[in-house]
Amino acid sequence: MIIGPKEVEYVGKLAQLAITEDEKQLFIGQLNSILEFVEQLNRLDTSNVEPTAHVVLAADQSAALRPDEPIMTFTQEQSLANGPETGAGHFKVPKVISDR
Amino acid sequence: MRYEAVIGLEVHAQLLTKTKIFCTCSTAFGAPPNTNTCPVCLGFPGALPVLNREAAIMASKAALALGCKLNPVSIFARKNYFYPDLPKGYQISQFDRPLAEHGSITIGSNGSSKQVRIKRVHMEEDAGKSIHDGFADSSRYSYIDLNRSGTPLIEIVSEPDLHSPDETHDYLTRMKVILEYLEVCDGNMEEGSLRCDANVSVRLAGESKLGIKTELKNLNSFRFLKNALEYEISRQIQVLEEGGAVVQETRLWNTAEHRTVSMRSKEEAHDYRYFPEPDLPPLVIDNAWESEIRASMPELPDAKRARFISQYGLPEYDASVLTTSRALADFFEETVSLCQSAKAASNWIMGDLLRDLKEFNRTIGESPVRPRAIADLIRLIESGEISGKMGKDVFEAMFRERKSPQEVIAERGLKQITDLGTLERIIREIVAANAKTYEQYKSGKKAALGFFVGQVMKATQGQANPQLVNELLRKILDA
Repeated sequence: MIIGPKEVEYVGKLAQLAITEDEKQLFIGQLNSILEFVEQLNRLDTSNVEPTAHVVLAADQSAALRPDEPIMTFTQEQSLANGPETGAGHFKVPKVISDR
Repeated sequence: MRYEAVIGLEVHAQLLTKTKIFCTCSTAFGAPPNTNTCPVCLGFPGALPVLNREAAIMASKAALALGCKLNPVSIFARKNYFYPDLPKGYQISQFDRPLAEHGSITIGSNGSSKQVRIKRVHMEEDAGKSIHDGFADSSRYSYIDLNRSGTPLIEIVSEPDLHSPDETHDYLTRMKVILEYLEVCDGNMEEGSLRCDANVSVRLAGESKLGIKTELKNLNSFRFLKNALEYEISRQIQVLEEGGAVVQETRLWNTAEHRTVSMRSKEEAHDYRYFPEPDLPPLVIDNAWESEIRASMPELPDAKRARFISQYGLPEYDASVLTTSRALADFFEETVSLCQSAKAASNWIMGDLLRDLKEFNRTIGESPVRPRAIADLIRLIESGEISGKMGKDVFEAMFRERKSPQEVIAERGLKQITDLGTLERIIREIVAANAKTYEQYKSGKKAALGFFVGQVMKATQGQANPQLVNELLRKILDA
């Protein structure tokens, strides 16, 4: 797969990034070199290998699971402390939808 | 019918765990905004999720009850999209190896039942809540409450096996009842603990290829689901009839305008870029754990309905109504155990009790009349102490005044008149006072009997034993 300007624009849009023309050229080069590097892995024959979702397949599930016991962590103030804008106990973000 | 509708449902059910799916925050409803939060569900960098064991158990129970096979290993995946109520920028869900697959729900009744296949059941986390109205600056801001962020959900995806709004309603009702029986979801569509999206297309009858579908959202009650499907099916048929083509899109049900409306497609640049969640190991459910989960499951609605028919000899209709909730089924069984009259118990519960509960908007758990009282009432009628008709009035008083049937009968001096001499005297008086009707009866108008029965019941304020009144009247009139 070769990355061109269209792909960079598309990914940029999904990631909500405004990308300049210069940056576009830079990213095309960088993304293609990453893909070429990863492409080397395709030379291996993996037809007999189970797909690996995770390197740790915990045999002991008790280590991977948590009991259903509530613990209170944050107060409302702590919860909102990193919010750029807050009000009435909520995070505030620029209006998401326009027609309501 | 020239066209056939094809419908598939995606149902999201909130699980009734005490804590969220990947962190220890409480899932309690109604807490002040942003108080049930922590670094995990606020999406702080570096915070690590750990799966709630109870969420895995509840999800597995639901999957097994829906006839699915559990995958011994299932994998969590990240579903990436941007929205302010999704703080991490991705939702942890399951993708190519879900918790369970290949189940079904049987809908319809014995005469015409059919299987609706369930493709998969997977686990995922809920997003937070965006509030777009109600604040002074709501024209410029959306408000975000992340208390719901990370609440455990299961998504239940059907195959496109449904062909009408009624079938879809039936399917969802049965699913809701199953989840309620298992006590894994409270099934409240209005409050959003059970949500559903529908994929809808139409095609010419007999055609095997699927038509182009639309996805309906905002179906947050059974009524809206039915209305939206009815509207959307006829809309698509009209588009095709006019020579047009259905556009694949997401449409919202607009309750006020009673129609589905296209969601503008600019928000639709969805490419979720799923990949395995590196922060969570696969969920492994071995045979031993699956057996343990199965053993902890209650009797399910279909099994209970079948047992009510075979064990108590109830008609299918009664068994269906009585098993619509576990609480109602338990209420019925307790009543029968106290009076040994299954059909009578069924009649009182399905008829008078459910009607009164509905009128006063109460659940079976809040019923002022308990199984003991209904059982006593049934025995008082069976022993002839009061008539069935008097029983109706006694029941009303029991319900409204929270009294036992014995108390109501004693207070009102209700006692069935079974004394033959007394009844005969009353009947002779009435016949004598209605000589004209008596003549009509004698000349062949047998319907006049009903008039006399009514007069006797009136004269005795409903306390005469109706069977005796009928017998005596015939004897006297035909003499």
